[in-house]
Amino acid sequence: MARRVAVIGAGMTRFVRRAKETSRELAFGASRMALDSCGLSLNDIDCVVHGTAPDAFDGFHMKGEYLSDGSGAFRKPYLRCYVGGGTGVFAPIQGWMHVASGLFDTCLVVCEEKMSSCQPHPQGAFNSIFDHTTERPLGPNLLWIFALEMNRYMNAYGISQRDIAGVSVKNKKNALDHPAAQVAKETTVEEVLASEVLAWPVHRLMVSPVSDGAAAVILAGEEKARRLTDRPVWIQGVGWDLDTSYWTNRDLAYPQYVENAARRAYRMAGVREPRKEIHLAEPYDPFAYKELHHLEGLLLSEKGKAPEDLARGRFDREKGELPTCPSGGLMGVGNPIAAAGLMKICELFWQLRGEAGKRQVPGKPERGLAQAWGDLMQVGTVVVMGIK
Amino acid sequence: MTEVAQNVKWIGENWKKEEVLHGKVFTFSDRPQARYAWDTGEAIGRYLAGFKQGKILGVRCRGCQRIMVPPRIFCELCFRDISEWVTLKETGRIRTFSVCYVTWDMKRIRKPQIPAVIEIDGASEGMGILHLVEAPRGDKPWERLRAGTRVQAVWKPKGLRRGAVTDIRFWRVLTGNANAGH
Ligand SMILES: [Zn+2]
Repeated sequence: MARRVAVIGAGMTRFVRRAKETSRELAFGASRMALDSCGLSLNDIDCVVHGTAPDAFDGFHMKGEYLSDGSGAFRKPYLRCYVGGGTGVFAPIQGWMHVASGLFDTCLVVCEEKMSSCQPHPQGAFNSIFDHTTERPLGPNLLWIFALEMNRYMNAYGISQRDIAGVSVKNKKNALDHPAAQVAKETTVEEVLASEVLAWPVHRLMVSPVSDGAAAVILAGEEKARRLTDRPVWIQGVGWDLDTSYWTNRDLAYPQYVENAARRAYRMAGVREPRKEIHLAEPYDPFAYKELHHLEGLLLSEKGKAPEDLARGRFDREKGELPTCPSGGLMGVGNPIAAAGLMKICELFWQLRGEAGKRQVPGKPERGLAQAWGDLMQVGTVVVMGIK
Repeated sequence: MTEVAQNVKWIGENWKKEEVLHGKVFTFSDRPQARYAWDTGEAIGRYLAGFKQGKILGVRCRGCQRIMVPPRIFCELCFRDISEWVTLKETGRIRTFSVCYVTWDMKRIRKPQIPAVIEIDGASEGMGILHLVEAPRGDKPWERLRAGTRVQAVWKPKGLRRGAVTDIRFWRVLTGNANAGH
């Protein structure tokens, strides 16, 4: 049996549209904050895991190497991992493996993304995710796949755009209390629906922004964790799963791979009834509908019923039975791809330690879940964390 | 408990738009010199040769019996060779669609593109390809299309086909059939 691993420190930069800092400076900022949060120096770190999305954003091949100084990786075992948007929750899973295996006692996990360098628009980096022969000649862009999936989801269960718009309202509002947030805002369902149609059924206020930013956490094995802090937050379960890359051959209405990943994580964490035993969740929300789609895949809502749960306030931070994206999520805090996923792990850490300030979920939550999603709409990455 | 962020010096300063416009930002520009010529491979090569002749080809796996499109020479689920080719119909149904008003660099386009997953008749259920649907008249195209709408391939004239997915110009809605659902 793997040994227990805890998160003992966390840090992040502000998420902004175009950072004055370079990618490496951002990675350093988040790493330093995470180390400071638990009083460690780089000498106390045994190994480093780095997560970052396409090399094309920075225009720098071997981005892992490029970012290694700001990630504190020199003269240490270092691993860069990448599963597209799923990277931010995949990286701490890699870190968990390093420590759970007994090979290392401590691990710095850092994720960074600086999208703004890519001109004229960072979406250009996403054009090359499509098949070069069967898809790219049609001139696709990233919005297409989200819009196609959202429409299929709506159609399969009779869901309207109005049902989905509430996610934008909730997350942008939650983010008003996050000191690092980029697109926090008081808004309404009407305003979301009145915003420009980019790719029907997707409106502008249903999309997360282009962002620069970094996030980091410090992991430690049980013995070390207990020595370093009296409030470790344990990684209780991890899971990840990949579906077919023939995305036009599969039903986009339901993310089966997210369910598979979640089931693995629940089994490891000893969670039998996720709806009762998960007290808060940070599902991946790069587009408004994705939060609902993922909550269903995570077995936290019934298939097609997440919009109803949203409407009756089940996911509200202050009074809901299962607060979701209390941070403000990607829709509110921002979406520097890999860093956005790891920001969710940071949020669980702060929430479960009661350190989330104005964002604090009431009722002393004991267990939370973070999830990210990526590659070509086909990978699910899940981490369950708790204080026991 | 205190909020962790209170004692922290936040890193991550945003450039303001004016600062960028007034040249306050030193930047260095470069364009990676990388060009590619992708071989179509065995399966997609034959698929595209079919397009040139005005045919949509699929394959059948002897393991799972799925008739698949785009075709492949190995089944990714059974993980075995595939050698049986099938000519599919040039009609299908819209599985899902979007109406897109922006290009990848967020330029607005007046005449929207309508990307869709189209399930091809003759292939197994749920087997679709990404392609474009002809825009219906009117300003809210999404009210005129729906999942299940039957469509037919509109090919380029023979002389203009070059063995590419764009040999099909787009898919046209079959009249009188628009409401056929699953
Ligand atoms: Zn097969």
